[in-house]
Amino acid sequence: MSFPLLTVTAAVPAVGAILTAAVPAARRTAAKWLALFFSLATLVLAAAVTVRFEPGGDRYQLTESHAWIKEFGVRYELGVDGIGVALIALTALLIPFVILAGWHDADPLETKSSRWRPTQGFFALILMVEAMVILSFEATDVFLFYILFEAMLIPMYFLIGGFGDRAHAGSDENAAAQRSYAAVKFLLYNLVGGLIMLAAVIGLYVVAGNFSLTEIAEARANGQLEMATSTERWLFLGFFFAFAVKAPLWPLHTWLPNAMGEATAPVAVLITAVVDKVGTFAMLRFCLQLFPEASTWATPAIIVLALISIVYGALLAVGQRDIKRLIAYASISHFGFIILGIFAMTSQGQSGATLYMVNHGISTAALMLVAGFLISRRGSRLIADYGGVQKVAPVLAGTFLIGGLATLSLPGLAPFVSEFLVLVGTYARYPVAGIVATTGIVLAALYTLVLYQRTMTGPVKEEVRSLPDLRPRELTVIVPLIALLIFLGVYPKPLTDIVNPAVRHTMSDVQQKDPRPEVEAAK
Amino acid sequence: MSATAVHSLWTTAAEPIGKITAPKIEYAQLAPVLIVVGAAVLSVLVEALVPRRGRYHTQVFLTVVALAAGFAAVVGLAAGGYGSTKAQIAAMGAIAVDGPALFLQGTILLASIVAVFTFAERRLDPAHHGHRVDSFAAEAAAVPGSEQEKAAVKAGFTTTEVFPLVLFAVAGMLVFPAANDLLTLFIALEVFSLPLYVLCAVARRKRMMSQEAAVKYFLLGAFSSAFLLFGIALLYGYAGSVSYARIADVVDGNVTAMDPALAATMGNDALLLIGFAMVLMGLLFKVGAVPFHMWTPDVYQGAPTPVTGFMAAATKVAAFGAMLRLLYVVLPGLTWDWRPVMWAVAIVTMLGGAIVAITQTDIKRLLAYSSIAHAGFLLAGVIAATPDGVSSVLFYLGAYSFVTIGAFAVVTLVRDAGGEATHLSKWAGLGRRSPLVAAVFAVFLLAFAGIPLTSGFAGKFAVFKAAAEGGAGGLVVVGVLSSAVAAFFYIRVIVLMFFSEPKVDGPTVAVPSPLTMTTIGVGVAVTLVLGLAPQYFLDLAGQASVFVR
Repeated sequence: MSFPLLTVTAAVPAVGAILTAAVPAARRTAAKWLALFFSLATLVLAAAVTVRFEPGGDRYQLTESHAWIKEFGVRYELGVDGIGVALIALTALLIPFVILAGWHDADPLETKSSRWRPTQGFFALILMVEAMVILSFEATDVFLFYILFEAMLIPMYFLIGGFGDRAHAGSDENAAAQRSYAAVKFLLYNLVGGLIMLAAVIGLYVVAGNFSLTEIAEARANGQLEMATSTERWLFLGFFFAFAVKAPLWPLHTWLPNAMGEATAPVAVLITAVVDKVGTFAMLRFCLQLFPEASTWATPAIIVLALISIVYGALLAVGQRDIKRLIAYASISHFGFIILGIFAMTSQGQSGATLYMVNHGISTAALMLVAGFLISRRGSRLIADYGGVQKVAPVLAGTFLIGGLATLSLPGLAPFVSEFLVLVGTYARYPVAGIVATTGIVLAALYTLVLYQRTMTGPVKEEVRSLPDLRPRELTVIVPLIALLIFLGVYPKPLTDIVNPAVRHTMSDVQQKDPRPEVEAAK
Repeated sequence: MSATAVHSLWTTAAEPIGKITAPKIEYAQLAPVLIVVGAAVLSVLVEALVPRRGRYHTQVFLTVVALAAGFAAVVGLAAGGYGSTKAQIAAMGAIAVDGPALFLQGTILLASIVAVFTFAERRLDPAHHGHRVDSFAAEAAAVPGSEQEKAAVKAGFTTTEVFPLVLFAVAGMLVFPAANDLLTLFIALEVFSLPLYVLCAVARRKRMMSQEAAVKYFLLGAFSSAFLLFGIALLYGYAGSVSYARIADVVDGNVTAMDPALAATMGNDALLLIGFAMVLMGLLFKVGAVPFHMWTPDVYQGAPTPVTGFMAAATKVAAFGAMLRLLYVVLPGLTWDWRPVMWAVAIVTMLGGAIVAITQTDIKRLLAYSSIAHAGFLLAGVIAATPDGVSSVLFYLGAYSFVTIGAFAVVTLVRDAGGEATHLSKWAGLGRRSPLVAAVFAVFLLAFAGIPLTSGFAGKFAVFKAAAEGGAGGLVVVGVLSSAVAAFFYIRVIVLMFFSEPKVDGPTVAVPSPLTMTTIGVGVAVTLVLGLAPQYFLDLAGQASVFVR
């Protein structure tokens, strides 16, 4: 038996979570370093996964398969394709930065009873989320994926509700109430989505008799498993609903601004850059593979919803007064692009969407974390409370600008490549949709630059005058992210090499060919 | 009809006395029940004869040993193949010894052992005059608020009658799911109900509420027993027998020879349907299904919390067992008649329990409504009418009982000056004050909500899967939706515990003895094991899903 690399990659952060949680209350700093160590160990393992993965090889590699619950036909089956590898790498890469950025976010305000250990809990929960997210990118058993999809809500819920943003406008009690409102909203939206998916999962079992993604997809492809058209459509809708809540797609998006606004910046990054990716990833892996015909059937409606997300998210971002909510609405707009790319059903669109998932993760992390540093200095999330920061803290302002430019997909930075691919891929099949989506870019320029202008330029506000510039810890977080944005913007080949074969498989699942001869774009 | 013909209906030629054959009783197969009944009788004697000083320890020891021995007997029978190949009808057709019976008896016995630990807990209340006291009335016969009662409380009296009562109740519950004729069913029902009525009335604190709960439970229980009994009479009129096998034969039309005395009624479908509906009502009352659930919140709230936990878990197991046997053994031929009715009951039970629970402000009432919603989920599995349906219900019952007992055991720990602090507002900020207790309770709540990696999810999945395969896809959708509603109020308690600031005069968490710790520990362990690796137990339930007829 070969070394179970995928299991170990997911198990290491889980073990780290348990150990971190067990650190005594007084040894807070030790818990932080322990968590950082385990997140770095996971990064090494994720790198090993990337190296061991052969882009030209089998569709699913590094597979593992063990019996788990025979009665339900459930197996513990893991395997990664290029899309999974890219997202595992993204997750493992971002978590150390999330931990570093949140270094002081969970320090207890005053020494309460010695048994209350918020710091240990905070970092343990982050690692737990990482473990579950990584395993969900690896799962090729529908049941296993479902369990993780639901279970990861619980640690996320405690992260949002338990460790709110200190810099909340208004009284403390009010902040606590809003925070628990946001956490409950997050949980209920996602739980309802998940439970509807549960009904579809059970339905799939009744139809197919097992949960193995590969087996079901194969049986479907060679005609052994017939599904009535209406059955397939209902099941597709059940799955898609859950993923659309998670992703989030308009009109199921309303939990995201609350959750991202109330959570601390690192947790907001965890939500939008890591956990939400499971939703879009699952659309590619489960919706398209299991229900190809229904996916094609639903495409027009989904494209319309994605376009609404793009434009609506961007418009609302323009109107926000709160920095974090602005970034949240920008993310909704970007998720619109990702979903548009997936359902454009062209290979450029889908590679673009996959690249977009990775690039959006990095660029949002950069922007959100710098915003978090800024907010923690001034103690306010309102844009109007800032002004002229670039004169006081030029490095902070500069990194904020780069993060913002990445968000608006400036050529030369990584998101440009993916956004361009999505637009080209969409235009090839749905010209009107491609044109409408382009307005999202224009609006992105508007909200990002206006945000920068209002907070960083202009006369220096009195309260801002004494803001310190970025500290070494914060620079350690932000510099590598920016370097990565530039590198992937100039040379995306390593990523596209991994992703493209997987996209070709998905395209053949849905029996779609590109409208024109395949353009090996971005190679 | 001539006078002699009528006369011959109730007289018969006398046989010589010596020719009465003794009934054949399979003592070995009935050992689990007999051990518990024997211990119950012994326990009464202990109450009468053992000096007060040693009574508590004797009773606890006797009860736990008897229940454990009963469980060992169940395991022995199952290992001997009585659950599968050697399944048979024992005691002249009165008791079935088969897979479902043994599985449920094992579940009831294990759950009871764990629950009895909370009965025996004496560390939670402050000691009175050096006497450690438990959750039960100092002197149950004293009028609440009277001088006599005050004196008894002051003197730190404790009583141990609860232990024989529990043993009798358990004995009845063991027979209930194994009963193979309607009379045994009724007797078993009364044997476990009467001790429960008394147990509900003996809370040490809030005695008026406890007695009110007992009276409500007794009156409504008596009412439902009457329905059950009337139903039995009608079914006898229909089939000419109270035996399950015989009724099933008549339903299936395999019986042609009619009892002359019943010629006018036998085979009359009206009798069958009405009688069956009434018997079913009696059982639905015991499981707390809507619209027969009205007693549940009051009784759960008023009864002493250890009793609530025991009752919520064990009664549900026993009653669902009896219902399964009735529907699967007696009435498979009537599936198309009872299914629509049960569909409706299951839907209103799931939705009703979940929706009404949202407005509750008392943790015990909240758990009561949650138990109603769970009864609805279980009904979805019952309705599947497949072997998978049986095994999923068996598994769900096992998983659910330990979560329930554990959750109520946690409720006994959170106390203020007036005893247990059951009002939800008092639980605010518990997570900051006692992270461990709050975390354990959160695990139970997540299991109730059916979050993956807990036993609640495995059970819910099994039941819904069976229902979907049995053609009840609509029920699955309703079940999923009401799970979402239910999740809301479980989550609300978690929010309260972890995200609210603790109140200044909030309750304290009592440090329990190893007894309650064991109960809670077992509850958590079972919840997680059945969530992560349910394979073995699903297997067991799968093997135990065939009824003997």
